[in-house]
Amino acid sequence: MDKVDFIKDFRDSKRIKALSDIIFKEADRPINIMEICGGHTHTIMKYGLSQILPSFINFVHGPGCPVCVMPKERIDHAISLVQDERNILVVLGDMIRVPGSESSLAKERAKGKNVKVVYSPFDAIKIAKENPQKNVIYFAIGFETTTPMTASVIEFTIKEDIKNLFFHINHVLVPPPIKAIMDSKEANIDAFIGPSHVSVITGAKIYDDIVKSYGTPVVVSGFEPVDVMESVLRIVRQFKEGRREVEIQYSRAVNFNGNVKAQQLIDKYFTTRESFRWRGIGDIPYSGLKLKEEFSYLDAEVIFKDILPSKQIDDHKLCICGDILKGTAKPYDCKVFAKTCSPENPLGACMVSSEGACAAYYKYGKLELTL
Amino acid sequence: MCLSIPSKVEEITEDGFAVVDTMGVKRKVSLHLMAESVNIGDYVLIHVGYAITKLSEEDALESLKIYEEIIHKLEEEERAEIFGDLDG
Amino acid sequence: MREILLSHGGGGKETQKLIKELFLKHFSNPILDKMEDSAVLEINSKIAFTTDSFTVSPLFFKGGDIGKLAIAGTVNDLAVMGAKPLYLSCSFIIEEGFPLKDLEKIVESMAKEAKKSDVQIVTGDTKIVPKGSVDGIFINSSGIGKVIYDGISAQNLEEGDCIVISGTVGDHGACVMAQREGIEMESDIESDCESLWDMVEEVIKHNIKIRAMRDPTRGGLSAVLNEWALSSNVEIEIEEDKIPVKPEVQGLCELLGFEPYSLANEGKIVFCVDNKDVEKLLTVLKNHQKGKDATLIGKVISKGKPIVILKSPYGTGRVMEFPSGELLPRIC
Repeated sequence: MDKVDFIKDFRDSKRIKALSDIIFKEADRPINIMEICGGHTHTIMKYGLSQILPSFINFVHGPGCPVCVMPKERIDHAISLVQDERNILVVLGDMIRVPGSESSLAKERAKGKNVKVVYSPFDAIKIAKENPQKNVIYFAIGFETTTPMTASVIEFTIKEDIKNLFFHINHVLVPPPIKAIMDSKEANIDAFIGPSHVSVITGAKIYDDIVKSYGTPVVVSGFEPVDVMESVLRIVRQFKEGRREVEIQYSRAVNFNGNVKAQQLIDKYFTTRESFRWRGIGDIPYSGLKLKEEFSYLDAEVIFKDILPSKQIDDHKLCICGDILKGTAKPYDCKVFAKTCSPENPLGACMVSSEGACAAYYKYGKLELTL
Repeated sequence: MCLSIPSKVEEITEDGFAVVDTMGVKRKVSLHLMAESVNIGDYVLIHVGYAITKLSEEDALESLKIYEEIIHKLEEEERAEIFGDLDG
Repeated sequence: MREILLSHGGGGKETQKLIKELFLKHFSNPILDKMEDSAVLEINSKIAFTTDSFTVSPLFFKGGDIGKLAIAGTVNDLAVMGAKPLYLSCSFIIEEGFPLKDLEKIVESMAKEAKKSDVQIVTGDTKIVPKGSVDGIFINSSGIGKVIYDGISAQNLEEGDCIVISGTVGDHGACVMAQREGIEMESDIESDCESLWDMVEEVIKHNIKIRAMRDPTRGGLSAVLNEWALSSNVEIEIEEDKIPVKPEVQGLCELLGFEPYSLANEGKIVFCVDNKDVEKLLTVLKNHQKGKDATLIGKVISKGKPIVILKSPYGTGRVMEFPSGELLPRIC
């Protein structure tokens, strides 16, 4: 019998309740905490954690949902690629629901276009081998957590000399949007809950700069409700004790330096883009990755350059996803929330992914509206 | 972001993969991103088909100890309050 | 003859051969054997009538196949209206090139499942369509049942009523999802696909007052509870940690980012009964092999606001939403 149940022990109601009680005892000032990562938004909503915290502790939902922040022009790229029957586009999960300027990959798939949803990027290799006469394009999305898997598939593609697998890279980084938000001075944020699994790869060291620049505590937290509650307690205590530090609550998985092998693999194949456009936030310098030039023979943006549209597209006028991602508005502040914008018919990106702030509010949060 | 679930290593295959068990569901995952050696019985985090780190039982137990202390402290305080009321 | 050809649906000799050597062989009964244009039935009572079409991928899954599903699904739709299933129709739409041995396996499985509830397949049809028009095989089945317990309705829920589920949730949905192409996880999760008339009959025999009864298929437990809340205009409160879920079903949900209560079931029933009948219902269900994991999961707490709330053991609540959209694995 194992001494620890890594899932159930961190969902235990007695522990959640105790952490709630002690936060009520110790918290003595309003704190706006941004949870950067959509997974934390999900945990907070699913377990109703705001309901067992003092009302002056406020969660601001950050930009950490890779599906949500994908701008329409990148989706349009994917859609252009599947118009040619010789191409098969491979994507992960709920990316296919994200609306581009006119269509979504789900709609294209319904029209019979070659869109394959996979669970693991590694499946792209299998699909490429099974379809030697087609161009297989892996539409790579995700933050630092999901980037090393793309690098691994690239390495395998080169090693096995697979000629028909290409990569459309949309990987983005966590620290630049945080800085963009803090520098914009719009947001009123006192502390951060740092992402769990991004930090497994990068290590907690990437947050040092944020503490130094903005004087805001960062607590790297696990995804279970007990983890999030403990992280809130740690933030409360930093303020009480006048500390401003990077702390690792999620010590069972995260250390300061991270997964060095994964980092090396990322550095081997990727370099930063000068600028990447984030849906809702706009252009952020050095916030995205692209393939290094020496691997341009694998780069779908190079190989299929002629058919990829280059037009930039503005966000829907009524949608306030941008403000939500910046933490200056809540989903309820949006005029179209749960009216013309819903998970079945999302206008903005926050409603698309099940971990987007609007979708999480739609799914779990209606209670606060109806009470 | 980045759904990732603790899973137990059941079998290690020669081609750099392992079979892991998540609450009774088994799946083959790649060990390509693991710098440290992985052994049968280890707990690892899985993200989109790849193991990304081992989980430290020691650190988890440390966390659980903190929670036990908090629960204990709260119970003590509650007891003190009740007895305080009786005294008053 | 190894594969189904377009000629099998042409109405000629090949069609006759397929009917005689396959369908009649397994489904035979005096009404069907007459091979008339319609089945003539004699029923002197209030009847329940239902229809459902079945598509599933993969066609054969742990614990069942599309044939068993088609029979159990229709039998259960009758059962939850308090009707004893009597007669079924079965209509097949088959893709050209479909392996004959698979079709025979499906038909055998249907015959076996029908026998369990003592129900007869009295009429049917077969269409063969060109390759690519359907994904292997679709089955439609309609059913007629004799109403034994009258008055069951989604509109009946009253304040104080109890909500009981007859067993673990999400088994069928998780089983099919695990075996789906591109996910391919290995697990012992079996579909719960089975006919439930015998269990329902047992409940009726014990004079339990049933307000509402539903088999939570597509959309799972949350779809049924939301429909009830809307139809009866009531607030239902469910204790989340009381909902029975098999560990491996929970495991699959963790891996793919699903909620067990939104996954399909094919062998479970949700009951709504008066508070004073709930103990008796639980005893009857637990004594039945198909209801041994029956659990009281919640209550109707008030009238006037159609909503389903999931309560946590530490006092928070959230809305249990109607499932929506395609079930897609969450990567993030």
